[in-house]
Amino acid sequence: MSDEYTGQIPAWCPGCGNFPVLESLKQALMELKLRPFQLTIVSGIGQAGKLPHYTRCNTFNGLHGRTLPVATGVKLVNPEMIVIAVAGDGDCYGEGGNHLLHAIRRNVNIKLFVHNNQIYGLTKGQASPTSMESLKSKTQPFGILSEPLNPIALAVALDCSFVARGYAGDQEFLKDLMKEAISHRGFALLDILQPCVTFNKVNTYSWYSERVYRLKDHDPQDRIRAFQVALQWGDRIPTGVIYRNERSIMEDRIPILKEGPLTKRPFDLNKILEEEAFNPLK
Amino acid sequence: MDYTIRIAGEAGQGIQTIGGVLSDTLLRSGFYVFSCQDYMSRIRGGHNFFTIRFSDAPVMASRKGVDLLVALNLEGIQNHRDLLTERGMILYDPEATGETFEAEEVLAVPLRKLAVQEGKNPITENTVATAAVIGMLGMDMKVLEEVITETFRRKGEEVVQNNLRAARAGYNYAVQKCLRCGFVVPPVSNPKGLLLNGNEAIALGAIASGCRFYSAYPMTPSTGILNFMASRATRYGIVVEQAEDEIGAINMAIGASFAGVRAMTGSSGGGFALMVEGLSLAAMTETPIVIAEVQRPGPATGLPTRTEQADLLFVLYTGHGEFPRVVFAPGSPEQAFYLTNKAFDLAERFQVPAFVLSDQYLADSRWTIQPLNPERVLYRDYRLKGEELRSLKQYLRHAFTDTGVSPLAVPGDTEHLVVTDSDEHDEEGHITEDALIRQRMVQKRVFRKLPLLKKEISPPTIYGSDRPEVLLLCWGSTYGLVKETVDTLSDRYSIAMMHFSELYPFPEHSGQTWFSILQNARRCISVEQNATNQFCKLLRSETSFHVKEHINRYDGRPFTVDELTEHVQKTLEGHK
Repeated sequence: MSDEYTGQIPAWCPGCGNFPVLESLKQALMELKLRPFQLTIVSGIGQAGKLPHYTRCNTFNGLHGRTLPVATGVKLVNPEMIVIAVAGDGDCYGEGGNHLLHAIRRNVNIKLFVHNNQIYGLTKGQASPTSMESLKSKTQPFGILSEPLNPIALAVALDCSFVARGYAGDQEFLKDLMKEAISHRGFALLDILQPCVTFNKVNTYSWYSERVYRLKDHDPQDRIRAFQVALQWGDRIPTGVIYRNERSIMEDRIPILKEGPLTKRPFDLNKILEEEAFNPLK
Repeated sequence: MDYTIRIAGEAGQGIQTIGGVLSDTLLRSGFYVFSCQDYMSRIRGGHNFFTIRFSDAPVMASRKGVDLLVALNLEGIQNHRDLLTERGMILYDPEATGETFEAEEVLAVPLRKLAVQEGKNPITENTVATAAVIGMLGMDMKVLEEVITETFRRKGEEVVQNNLRAARAGYNYAVQKCLRCGFVVPPVSNPKGLLLNGNEAIALGAIASGCRFYSAYPMTPSTGILNFMASRATRYGIVVEQAEDEIGAINMAIGASFAGVRAMTGSSGGGFALMVEGLSLAAMTETPIVIAEVQRPGPATGLPTRTEQADLLFVLYTGHGEFPRVVFAPGSPEQAFYLTNKAFDLAERFQVPAFVLSDQYLADSRWTIQPLNPERVLYRDYRLKGEELRSLKQYLRHAFTDTGVSPLAVPGDTEHLVVTDSDEHDEEGHITEDALIRQRMVQKRVFRKLPLLKKEISPPTIYGSDRPEVLLLCWGSTYGLVKETVDTLSDRYSIAMMHFSELYPFPEHSGQTWFSILQNARRCISVEQNATNQFCKLLRSETSFHVKEHINRYDGRPFTVDELTEHVQKTLEGHK
């Protein structure tokens, strides 16, 4: 069983924060007893986008920023498929920002795992939407001039069905969060803090480890409290399930999907032509 | 018999309602009907008109002259009066125009007053006008009554009865007062087919091809496809999603196609410009997709509600990288139906993007077309699934094959995994930078598939003289227009039309009859609704044949048969 999730050899830098994320995912899938063929991972471009190649599953490694629309298309025609979208912070919060807003609104039963290393890795060290103001780079020589995006607060504000933050340095807890996200019925955003050991000299393993803590005694159904937790950043960074609600998913609101996945639906040309074309009176 | 009715007025006055009910009534009475619309990019006000041409013989374009003008306001009279034919009549309501006209070709009908008196509601004014037209034409009321009953049935019996009374009042008034009306409408029977516009035909073609997913962002003039798909979604099992933008729309469709169903998206030029990145994605991942591009004049926002054929080279060459595609440009709603079907078939069979290139003129023109023939609809499921897939020892999504086409499996259907990547990938679908694999993948995608695709492409349609001295070259929506122009000129010239609807891969020319007709014509004139002869450029790059004479139109309005006839004559006489 453990071999079932062994994929290609990763091309990430040694010590990359993506390794524990990959291991957590494999462990979560095994513990949930999911088989690779029951799963489709849609990924974008960036170091995170390579993840599905390093495990085994149905894979659509698409374009930078476009993971969510592809995942939406997959899920809407085959709701039986487990669909996970894997993206980076630039990928999902920058290039694909508009898709994120509307994916949260639709509430399709997709799991979005964002590898948030607060930097662009694949293009070698430029600022990402979540980079902190103290960070300087080749393209931001005076330091970042924009406020960092707070994806957790954004998602809570949009009443996202499931909002959580994990940390690559706490692999066991990250695995549990992944399992919870996959088991949740609704759109799930799991933002994963993940150090880029090559380019991000600010948000390192030790920087995160000093600040990150597991949420305790938090009621994720309480939206006001969730928003307060979402705003915490700096000396203390909470991880865990921050917000959840049981909104109806889009698949339930599309009447024809009650009859089963469209991928298995029979096609009857004659019925269509009889109803439409041989009746000139419409 | 060949009459043109025009309904003119402001947006929001019910022009489309009158035009729609009249077209349906004429079709049901057994006439061939052609209708088109001229409207402004606004919801109320402005000046819009709806033109219906009907005849006992097939009609497929508009004429310049108007035989019966329904003017819903003063501008309606002022803008179109000059186009009235010798025996033509104008119908108007002095209450709406604010002016009275005392001429023998003008019939004042108190539309509003009759609507209030007889229809019990001023809203029945459109029904009064529609019935007055039927009365002026000297036709029977029976078919109109049927159409009214069906149109208003869902609004309740009272509304039906009010409209029927309003109709009788308008009809009787016109019959009694229009002493000059000399229209001769022969009795015909049995509808000749169905009335479809280009957008409806594309949508119906998609549905009849088993399309299960349509995503788009509204954009004139392509929105009619989205509306039609949405109206049939529950009946035929289609997910129709209005995306947040066109980038989302094409990526959703690609996701749905990857997951195992036939999928489509559509837009106009500006929206399609946003989809270009996704086009290249579909090509790289060899995910079948059909894209409807309904052109309007550009650049940028251009003329949103008007027509042009200026996106041909854009659609043909856009998308980063090199990959094959299919481009069809139907000339009629009938072609739109069958070519959309063929686009779905080729897209899935060869795993390439396929375009249906239409325009506002075709999108909004309704033609009488023959009942759709199931024998002519292609449907073969090219996807690998079930036992056939399960029995394979190994499955490779992008396996190298003689045809360049790899088996297209449905993910999740068996334990075989389906892997693909927008990066260059190996046979299994995993990212690779290997030079040899890259070379073989390019050869597979481009060199192997393209010649096979080309074999599927039909030659152009030739209409008119077998050995024409004058050849009118055209493509896409101008088909009916040029065909009727050839009819008009065929007693004076040895003339023919050569119409291309399957544009890419370009039809085989070497040794083909059509190409020798082209080479042997003394005068070869292109007719394109653009400024830069885009089709002629394509023809030249594919065949080296150089067209030297051109008729272009780029004011956003379609030609009428009379206008094009005049242009062709001027061109021919200009350089004898």
